[in-house]
Amino acid sequence: MAKLDKDSLGNTFFIAIFLCLVCSVIVSGMAVALKPIQKLNKELDQKKNILRAAGLLASNATESEDGKTIEQLFAEFRVRAVNLETGEYVDGVDLQAYDPIKAARDAARSISLSSVEDIATLRRRENVSLVYIKANGAGVEKLVIPVRGYGLWGTLYGYLALDGDLSTISGLGFYSHKETPGLGGEVDNPKWKKRWQGVRLYDDLGDPSVRLVKQRSPTNSTAASYEVDALSGATFTTRGVENLVNFWSGELGFGPYIQKLKINGVAQG
Amino acid sequence: MASQKEVLIDPIFNNNPIALQVLGICSALAVTINMSTTLVMCIAVIFVTTMSNLAVSLVRNRVPTNIRIIVQMTIISSLVIVVDQVLQAVAYDISKSLSVFVGLIITNCIVMGRAEAFAMQNGPWLSALDGFGNAVGYSVILIGVALIREPLGSGTLMGFEIIPTAANGGWYVPNGLLLLAPSAFFIIGLFIWAIRAWKTDQVEAPEYEIAPNAQYKEAI
Repeated sequence: MAKLDKDSLGNTFFIAIFLCLVCSVIVSGMAVALKPIQKLNKELDQKKNILRAAGLLASNATESEDGKTIEQLFAEFRVRAVNLETGEYVDGVDLQAYDPIKAARDAARSISLSSVEDIATLRRRENVSLVYIKANGAGVEKLVIPVRGYGLWGTLYGYLALDGDLSTISGLGFYSHKETPGLGGEVDNPKWKKRWQGVRLYDDLGDPSVRLVKQRSPTNSTAASYEVDALSGATFTTRGVENLVNFWSGELGFGPYIQKLKINGVAQG
Repeated sequence: MASQKEVLIDPIFNNNPIALQVLGICSALAVTINMSTTLVMCIAVIFVTTMSNLAVSLVRNRVPTNIRIIVQMTIISSLVIVVDQVLQAVAYDISKSLSVFVGLIITNCIVMGRAEAFAMQNGPWLSALDGFGNAVGYSVILIGVALIREPLGSGTLMGFEIIPTAANGGWYVPNGLLLLAPSAFFIIGLFIWAIRAWKTDQVEAPEYEIAPNAQYKEAI
């Protein structure tokens, strides 16, 4: 073989182009081949998070205690798109593909929040979001709504589940956050999450009034029924969680929808 | 020419990429909070380093000197993307907790360092062994760090509780420092100390000596 001048201009171009071609074929081939599995994983992950918030799935389990798989459990839920302003269902939304968080970044599909309204530091709120309803005959057994808000280091993303009376919290879970491990990161602690069960969300006037407190009001008092223990050493995270729960269940969040659902039941739409 | 055994075994203790060369520290800080992410990270690094060394060595005689670093980077980043895609498909939860750190293998100095320092001068088989050995050396330190951080930081190992923590009704109050990145610095520092106390030839000569205090007689 003749000695090849590897530093020649021709060889440099040849190697550069050849290498780019080979690498891009490998990378895109992998990406395309694995896409369907990745998409399934993502959907499954989202379903898992919803079921966990609703308390139907233990935090590390992949199936419920009575042996139902995630798919079976999730099939009991109905997914609907909701106009947050009017509280009415929106038809013609591709529920599989619709991403409320993406919509919130699009000026045409979201509203800007003033600093007084924006207690959860979202800046913009989408016009249409998704709800997950588990019906029980004509009534509601569980309602799961997506929530998010700013903590200390970043936005917490999670789901808030309500019981059938639509004013008691059934569970709260975050699937993505950047809080300090061991302090604010304790929002993932199963013991703390359990404390949300049965906490009252709306006061007599219908305003969301959950409070995270360092010192609980006397047991059995009305005030205590709205309270959850704050996380020690995580003031900002705690404040963030309190605000995001109240924001998303309030007037600018799912408040109008929940009011409508209380009156009309699931039959509507 | 180094023997195959030396190439494979040396990087584990004698020439460890983290302990002696102090490379690849950033990922060692980030992924060692729990054992399962650490193990996945180790497997990913072993795969990338071995394959990149092999690939770089195969093309080493054709690659123009001017663009050799770009060629190495392209090969390494392609491999890392492949690993990332596979992880997202087969181990979604772990890939989520590793988040950007799989992608950051691209910037792991060990991978690039071995490609440039070893694979450009040696045959494919030796280069692959070298890549594998170095990645194993990296993994040994990472696993060691995780072995300390996970039990002391959260009372678990591989997610199973081994020390009953106070929050769950046990006696151990987890040390929050071990969940934060600086703790890995301390642990790696202690490892380096231990290895250099054992293998004294790794101790570096001081770069300068502090001169004794000079004082003018008149000033007293």
